[in-house]
Amino acid sequence: MQHTRAHVLICAGTGCTSSGAKKVEAAFQTELAKQGLQDEVKVVETGCHGFCEMGPLVIVYPEGVFYCRMQPEDVAEVVESHLLKGRIVKRLLYQEPISMERIPSYKDISFYKKQMRYVLGNCGHINPELIEEYIAVGGYEALGKALTTMTPQGVIDEMKKSGLRGRGGGGFPTGMKWQFASNSPGSKKYVICNADEGDPGAFMDRSVLEGDPHRIIEGMAICGYAIGADEGYIYCRAEYPLAIKRLKIAIRQAEEMGLLGTNIFGSEFNFKLKIKEGAGAFVCGEETALMASIEGKRGMPRPRPPFPAVAGLWGKPTNINNVETFANVPQIIQKGADWYASIGTEKSKGTKVFALTGKINNTGLAEVPIGITMREIIYDIGGGISDNKKFKAVQIGGPSGGCLPEELLDMPIDYDSLLAVGAMMGSGGLVVMDETTCMVDVAKFFLNFTQSESCGKCTPCREGTKRMLEILTRITEGEGKEGDIELLEDLGAQIKDTALCGLGQSAPNPVLSTLRYFRHEYEAHIRDKRCPAGACSKLAAYRITELCKGCGLCKKVCPVGAITGEVKGQHVIDPEVCIKCGACFTKCPFKAIVKG
Amino acid sequence: MKTLEDLKKLREKLQADAQIRHADGIRIIVGMGTCGIAAGAREVMTAVLDEVAKRELKNVTVHQTGCIGMCEKEVLVDIARPGEPRVTYGKVKPADVPKLVSEHVVNGRVVEELVVGKIEA
Ligand SMILES: Cc1cc2nc3c(=O)[nH]c(=O)nc-3n(C[C@H](O)[C@H](O)[C@H](O)COP(=O)(O)O)c2cc1C
Repeated sequence: MQHTRAHVLICAGTGCTSSGAKKVEAAFQTELAKQGLQDEVKVVETGCHGFCEMGPLVIVYPEGVFYCRMQPEDVAEVVESHLLKGRIVKRLLYQEPISMERIPSYKDISFYKKQMRYVLGNCGHINPELIEEYIAVGGYEALGKALTTMTPQGVIDEMKKSGLRGRGGGGFPTGMKWQFASNSPGSKKYVICNADEGDPGAFMDRSVLEGDPHRIIEGMAICGYAIGADEGYIYCRAEYPLAIKRLKIAIRQAEEMGLLGTNIFGSEFNFKLKIKEGAGAFVCGEETALMASIEGKRGMPRPRPPFPAVAGLWGKPTNINNVETFANVPQIIQKGADWYASIGTEKSKGTKVFALTGKINNTGLAEVPIGITMREIIYDIGGGISDNKKFKAVQIGGPSGGCLPEELLDMPIDYDSLLAVGAMMGSGGLVVMDETTCMVDVAKFFLNFTQSESCGKCTPCREGTKRMLEILTRITEGEGKEGDIELLEDLGAQIKDTALCGLGQSAPNPVLSTLRYFRHEYEAHIRDKRCPAGACSKLAAYRITELCKGCGLCKKVCPVGAITGEVKGQHVIDPEVCIKCGACFTKCPFKAIVKG
Repeated sequence: MKTLEDLKKLREKLQADAQIRHADGIRIIVGMGTCGIAAGAREVMTAVLDEVAKRELKNVTVHQTGCIGMCEKEVLVDIARPGEPRVTYGKVKPADVPKLVSEHVVNGRVVEELVVGKIEA
C-alpha cells in the first residue's frame, strides 16, 4: 500500500468539459502511468470552480497550484516538472489582468481572494459522483444532527434565527415559509427544489447541482423533517443533463447508504426524492406553474392565495425553495444560526452567489457576503472593465431586475437596498456594461426575452409587453416619437400592477430602471435620432476624421461605393449611400473612422 | 448506516485521503532535481510514501522540490513540523526513512546524524 501524495483535481463542470477537460484527464492518466506515478498521484474529477473562462482548470494538491487553460499537450510537462520533480510550470499559472503577475496558488488569485465560499465551498474540491468525498468533508452530519438531537420545530426556529432568505429571487424568509408548511394540517406534504434556473446568464444553481449534489439532497431532507414531508421533487430543466446525471447518482448513493429511505439515522423519519425534468420554459420557474408542470399539466401560473404551503403539489401542503436556498441549510444546522447571522447585513444574512458576466476581465461565479458593494465585486473580484473602457452600468437580477449607474457602485447591496433603487437581487445575474453599450438596447434585449417567455394567460403580460417591445424597437430604429417615453412609463406601471404572476409584474423593470438612470439616452434616440453609445446600427453614422492618411483601404472594402477620395488625400463617406455596415470602421488602420 | 456515530466513523476513515486538499500539517519534502533522482530520490520517495501509509499518518503531506545546489548531499529530505524549524537531511537512503518518520515526523525528535541544515520557522 502506498500513501497518495498528490491529488490532481480536474474540473468536469459543463464549462470545462466543453473546453476539453476530458482529454486533459485522459492525458494525465497516460502521462502518470508513463512516469510510474499512478499509485502515488490520484486524479479526481470535480464540479465547477466558477471560473469557466479560464478552463479547463486543474488544481494540484498538496500545494494547491492552480493551472488554467490546460491543454492535453501541456500535461506531460506538468507531470514531469511538477508531479515528479516539484517544479511548478509557471507558464500555465493564472495571470492577473492588471499587474500581469503569475499567481501559483488558488487562494491568492484576486478573483477568489475576496470571495467567501461556503455554498460553493465544495464545488471544484470534491468529486461530486462519490458520496464518500462529501462525507469526508462532514456531509450528512447536519441531517444526522437534526434527526437525532433536534425537534422539527427546533429546526424551523434555527432557520428563522439564521435570517436566511430565499435565493430564488423573491427573498422571502425561509424559516417563515417552513413554518407555514409545518402549520398546514395534513399527513401528506411535499418538498420541492426549484432548479429551473431560467434567468439568462445565471448558472450558480447548475454549478451547485453539478459540483455538490449531496448538499441539495441533505438540505431538502432536513426541510422534509422540519415540515413533516416524506417526499421531495427536484424540478430541473432538461437542458442541464450533467446536473441531472449527477443528481441521479447522488440519490442512488444516498439511498444505498440509508441516508434517504426509511428510518433515516434510526429515527422515524422517512424521505424519498424524485427528479422531474422540465422543458425549460422561463415561466415554469414560477412556483405555481412549476407545480402544474410536475402534475403533468401545462406550465401556467395560477393566482395565489392559496399559497403552496397551504395547497401545493396535488393540493397538498408544499414547501418550495431554490437550489441555493437548500444549499445553505446544512451549514446553518451544523454551524448554527448565530454563525450564519454574523455574515451579511441587518436584514439580509449570509452569502450570495453572483454570476458575473459582461465587459469585465474576470467572469464567473462569485460568492460574497451580502452587503458588499458593487465596486468590490466588479473591480476587486472582476478585475475591472476589459479593454480599458469606461464603466457605464451593471444590470442585476436578469429580466426582472434593473440597471445601476456609476453613482450607486458604493452602495452596500442587499435585498432591500436593491429594491429601493429600482433593481432586485433576482437569482444573482450580474451583467457589466461599458460605454459602448446602449441602454435602450439593453432594455429591449430583456423585454424581448420576457415577452417571448410570456405564457399568454393574462392580458397585461401578453399584450402589454408586446406593445412595450414595439415602442422600444421603433426607438432603437430611429422611429421614436415624442410621448413614447411617457407611454412606456404608463404601460410599465399598469403591467406591474395587474399581471397575474411575477413574470409580468417584473417584466417592465429593465425598461423603467434604464429610464430612471439613463433617460437622456432614450431622448437622444427619439429627438436627435442618435445612439450615444454607437450601438444601434440603424442610427449609426460613420465619419472620417483628419487622421485619414488616404490609404484607400476603406474605399476598397465599402460594399456600396459610399466612400470617395484621392490616394494620400482626405476620404469622405456619403451618408445617403452608406448602409452602416461598419466594414470601413473595422478595417481602417489609422483609427480615422468614428461612429456616432 | 444507522446512526450518526457510524457516519462520523466513516468520515474519519475517509478523511486521511481528503486531507491533502486542506494541508496545514507536517510536510515531508523530497529533493527531486536531476541530481536527486540520479542519487536515488525516486526510491526514497517511494519509501516515504510506504512509511506514511503503513503508519496511517493523517496530518502529513509529501512534497517534492527541485535542486537546491547541494547536489553532492543528495538525496535531500526536508521535514517541517508546524511552528518548528525546517530540517534538511542529506544522503538519505531508503533504509533511513523509517527512522526519520518515526523519530522526527511522529515524535518530533530530530535525527542529528543525518542533518545538513536547519531553517528557522
Ligand atoms: C417568471 C418567474 C420565474 C422564476 N424562476 C425561478 C427559477 O428559475 N428558480 C427559482 O428558484 N425561482 C424562480 N422563481 C421564483 C419562484 O416562484 C419561487 O419564489 C422560489 O422558487 C421560491 O424559493 P426561495 O424562497 O428559496 O427563493 C421564479 C418566479 C417567477 C415569477
